Amino acid sequence: MATNDVLVDVQDLVMWFPVTAGVMRKRVADVKAVDGISFTIRKGETLGLVGESGCGKTTTGRCILQLYDATGGKVFFEGKDLTKIKGEEMRGMRRNMQLIFQDPYASLNPRMTAGDIIGEPMVVHNLVKGSEYKEQVTECLKMVELEPYMTVRYPHEFSGGQRQRIGIARALAARPSFIVADEPVSALDVSIQAQIITLLMRLREELHLTYLFIAHDLSVVRHISDRVAVMYLGKIMEITSSDELYDNPLHPYTQALLSAVPIPDPVVDRQRKRILLTGDVPSPVNPPSGCHFHPRCQMVIDDCKQYEPELKEAGGGHLVACHRV
Amino acid sequence: MRLIPYPPGVIVGGEVIFGGRDLLKVDEEEMRHIRGNQIAMIFQEPTTSLNPVLTVRRQLSEALELHRGLDKEASSEEAVKLLQLVGIPDAETRAGDYPYQFSGGMQQRIMIAMALSCNPALLIADEPTTSVDVTVQAQLLEIIDNLRSQFGTAVIVITHNLGVVARYVDRVNVMYAGNLVETASTEVIYGHPMHPYTVGLIASVPRLDLPRHRKLSVIEGLPPNLARLPTGCAFNPRCRFAISRCFEEKPELVEIEPDHLAACFRSQELYELLDKEKE
Repeated sequence: MATNDVLVDVQDLVMWFPVTAGVMRKRVADVKAVDGISFTIRKGETLGLVGESGCGKTTTGRCILQLYDATGGKVFFEGKDLTKIKGEEMRGMRRNMQLIFQDPYASLNPRMTAGDIIGEPMVVHNLVKGSEYKEQVTECLKMVELEPYMTVRYPHEFSGGQRQRIGIARALAARPSFIVADEPVSALDVSIQAQIITLLMRLREELHLTYLFIAHDLSVVRHISDRVAVMYLGKIMEITSSDELYDNPLHPYTQALLSAVPIPDPVVDRQRKRILLTGDVPSPVNPPSGCHFHPRCQMVIDDCKQYEPELKEAGGGHLVACHRV
Repeated sequence: MRLIPYPPGVIVGGEVIFGGRDLLKVDEEEMRHIRGNQIAMIFQEPTTSLNPVLTVRRQLSEALELHRGLDKEASSEEAVKLLQLVGIPDAETRAGDYPYQFSGGMQQRIMIAMALSCNPALLIADEPTTSVDVTVQAQLLEIIDNLRSQFGTAVIVITHNLGVVARYVDRVNVMYAGNLVETASTEVIYGHPMHPYTVGLIASVPRLDLPRHRKLSVIEGLPPNLARLPTGCAFNPRCRFAISRCFEEKPELVEIEPDHLAACFRSQELYELLDKEKE
């Protein structure tokens, strides 16, 4: 695999948010949202980023897009170090990386028509000449299976699924090569989720997009992703192909996560082994020592409490961070 | 539970028979004895359902004092026992804490403890897993399931999660636009559903155990607008098998086979139609 195949290269990314207390707002602690992660995304690939609340997946997506200034580490996009680029050049890069938000009700400006919402990126990035504007907006609407007459409607006139399509159209309007989809279907009805997932997969084929697909629903992530990274408390526990992850999960957390997802088929599901974790996910302000997962792990040994495991090759591109593997 | 406020909600008809009595005809005084005592409910959002200004011990003992007539000391002891039952660590100390000092998963457990404190005959769990992480979801459902088999409580789980239904539920009632469209045992509903909506729903959910590149079956169209339902079957705008009768008449829930009812005029030919589609 040639290096020029790599579109996104994240190296030792760290993002800590300060916790302040008192009148003088003294920094007393840090929320260690992302605590040193590395991964790459190849052109045309869909990398799924999965984990439970507080694992840092949303923060990771936003750090990559430079919506946050990372506390540490680097993000390379098309070979360029994004942490070093500013101003006009950064704006140019931003056009190429777009975001689809989770909440279709909060992510659209209620005072703009669908047409304006979709057209805005085109205007901001100077992508169209006056006469082509209307045509391009209509094209984007059609790409997400909405009708041209909807350009004049306001967000409140659309259903949740339709609003999410508008959000997707807006992301496509800038003609990006890379899209971060942050929980794009979680807020939608079950019967609508399949529509949006299918749409995202079709667009990926037609427009040769690269996705970072962030979600907590493992079934959805596996369906759409080529590879999946499992995060826990700011760290990556395991990365491998979607098929490998289900067929051969190596990390105890991944195994517990998979076991916790019920399969919608009573005959199949009731035969599966159940792994129940004890307790809740600890706070990222005070993550456990050594391996962050050790307090809840069934396979814990002394080393796990002291030494943080490295993300290591387990064969065939399958990476795991665990002392017991 | 008769918790729908009026205005704007009004129950316009039907019966709710519980233990031989129609709950819709019972007066409010009587209902208060039933609510929280014989029928208990767990809500979707524990953060808004727990009283933020009362300690957990106080909230638990309230129901115990009211419904089981325990005195302050006894109810306090019982409260701690209940917290231990649902897996709250250091229950004795934590009983004196306030809801905000617990995580979402723990708050949900406290709600379960409250719900089961009076040994209800029926527990209604309204989307109990929507606001919690999947590993916590698994823990909570195991707790409910264990307590169910231990105390013989009947449980109604309201959910849109087809996985949860497959794992924990004995009998499924599928609703659409305010109507019951299909009812059967879990094995039957997943094995051979007889309503196009149920078929579509089950086929549209991604599954961890099936090949990834399987095409997800999609139900076209939008969820129904309850203020403007179509004439005939409410599902007709989205149903690919709708015939003219579906637009004129509303189908009744009829028995397709023993213990399996569906509200669709074309149930009997459904599988023939699905096979034809595959060709």
